Amino acid sequence: MGKTLFEKIWEKHIVKTIDNGPSVLYIDKHFIHEVTSPQAFTGLNNRGIKVFRPNQVVATADHNVPTIDQHLPIKEELSRLQVEALIKNCAEHDIELFGLGHPYQGIVHVIGPELGITQPGMTIVCGDSHTSTHGAFGAIAFGIGTSEVEMVMATQCLLQSKPKMMRINVEGELKKGVVSKDIVLYILSKITASGATGYAVEFAGSAIRSLSMEARMTICNMSIEMGGRCGLIAPDETTFNYIKGREFSPKDDEWDKLLVEWKNLYSDSDAKFDNEVFIKAEEIEPMITYGTNPGMGIGITENIPTAETINENDRSGLSKSLSYMGLEQGKAIKGQKIDYVFIGSCTNSRIEDLRMVASFVKGKKKAADVEVWIVPGSKQVEAQAIAEGIDKIFEDAGFLLRQPGCSACLGMNEDKIPAGKYCISTSNRNFEGRQGAGARTLLASPLTAAAAAITGVVSDVRELLN
Amino acid sequence: MKALTTIKSRFVPINIENIDTDQIIPARFLKATTKEGFGKNLFRDWRYENDDESKTIAHFPLNMSQFDGEILVAGKNFGCGSSREHAAWAILDAGFRVVVSSFFADIFKNNALNNGVLPVQVSDGFLQRIFLQDNNTELTVDLENQSITINSTGEQENFEINPYKKTCLLNGYDDIDFLLSIKPEIEKFETDKNY
Ligand code: SF4
Repeated sequence: MGKTLFEKIWEKHIVKTIDNGPSVLYIDKHFIHEVTSPQAFTGLNNRGIKVFRPNQVVATADHNVPTIDQHLPIKEELSRLQVEALIKNCAEHDIELFGLGHPYQGIVHVIGPELGITQPGMTIVCGDSHTSTHGAFGAIAFGIGTSEVEMVMATQCLLQSKPKMMRINVEGELKKGVVSKDIVLYILSKITASGATGYAVEFAGSAIRSLSMEARMTICNMSIEMGGRCGLIAPDETTFNYIKGREFSPKDDEWDKLLVEWKNLYSDSDAKFDNEVFIKAEEIEPMITYGTNPGMGIGITENIPTAETINENDRSGLSKSLSYMGLEQGKAIKGQKIDYVFIGSCTNSRIEDLRMVASFVKGKKKAADVEVWIVPGSKQVEAQAIAEGIDKIFEDAGFLLRQPGCSACLGMNEDKIPAGKYCISTSNRNFEGRQGAGARTLLASPLTAAAAAITGVVSDVRELLN
Repeated sequence: MKALTTIKSRFVPINIENIDTDQIIPARFLKATTKEGFGKNLFRDWRYENDDESKTIAHFPLNMSQFDGEILVAGKNFGCGSSREHAAWAILDAGFRVVVSSFFADIFKNNALNNGVLPVQVSDGFLQRIFLQDNNTELTVDLENQSITINSTGEQENFEINPYKKTCLLNGYDDIDFLLSIKPEIEKFETDKNY
């Protein structure tokens, strides 16, 4: 019988399998950041051991960092201590660190791909659930906890059970104003925030194939929001063209050799999936969330569901969510007043996202009572935006281009949304308090967020596109 | 890691679904560089109004003196969202050894097991029956037999656990000890691997 893409990669990385138990999975690349690594280093130090394969570990500072005046010392003491601990730990263990001030610094899931470190066929982990992003290259990539970070540091291996296989096929052509973020929010609204728990999810179909690498990353990024262990997309010419020539991508003979292997990374036609979902791209409209988990999304022209229209099991969740959000059942979401717009996070902070926003807002001005934060995913994205004059377009529109980091995606630094305020956000989580205690988050695509920035209310971007 | 065999205890019910790790421990408390002390901020934003420790929210179960015990019982899809292991540390630090729900998010389940906290997945019906019990009811979780019992009524259900993880928990072994013990095999794998 044929194999799935996941199985092809998985089988190559099994060191051994414990009887009746999990497998020992070899990890090719391990990304670390300041928040989930300090206790792991302490664990190693307590055991008196060093990082086993420091060349396979890459570090950056992203979760805690300020997004203005990054050249100054971090004001918040605990954040500063975490960043300092990372610097010290990386130095002691010979790990390459793209820390603050480094031209490669940025959100861990943005820099891995843009530096060419993320490659097809790899196993990749990081102490962060959105590690699933890297699966867009046809890699097994998933988030782990700090105990597991310690295991990988100590042995370059993890104990893992093989997940079940799921494939989500998106066929057809996207309509105008609909982008990859809308695809993933639409899938989430159909299969719910736990619909892929226990599965490795492969995204396939003509609509996925037609996407750029950056757009594919947005989709795999949010596979964790469905509960999936990881998300993958089979690599193709788009993938190879993206990787070629990047800082750490393979060169010359090695490239030729790897390319042959990469071309075998796809699910065989007779591969078996435990679950398959079929989606028509034409049915997707610009999406927005109204509730407090990413599965609570609707099309921009739809009304917020009522208790009668949703699944019985979800009813208590609906009223709790809506009372937190200050929204009403059955009402239109379009026209809802917005206070903040956040364009950033590992979901949508890449150069294509910024270009998309810039081309839409060029010559327009933001609504007077809306605050707009644009946070690039990395120093390289920031430099590129400046080189292309995108920063000027933002400035003219009244948007603030900040410096790279996770920022208001999780509000660990100063970038918090005040309690009760509405923020339309291109990030991936609308949980209670995620963007600051009491903050109300509506997840959407960069285009839909930009439309709200201009009008001051939730808007259908299609009406504003010429 | 502390071994776990049988826990007989009252329980704290939090009858809410889709509890994500941002609720269990909000991001602003992730700035520590040690594993201890997270318990006092467990469910922080559900315990206090406007983050003010003097304003406890009276109806939140962790604030209600009648509830107590080493077992936390929560609604479906517990622990979704962020991979932060701090969620498991906070639960352990607050004195819980068992979390009962009718569904767990993958990463949380691993993180809990890696810290000696046992996730017990029961049916929706059984979970609802636990929520119906009064606050003096004790539950018995028997890891060896993979069973959970509502002591007052004798109702019982079995739960699944990976046999390897079960052995680890019964004996207090860590995965990392095992992985370190097979290092020669890992080194051999690295030399032989053909990719
Ligand atoms: S941007 Fe948000 S989701 Fe992405 S790594 Fe940072 S905190 Fe996590």
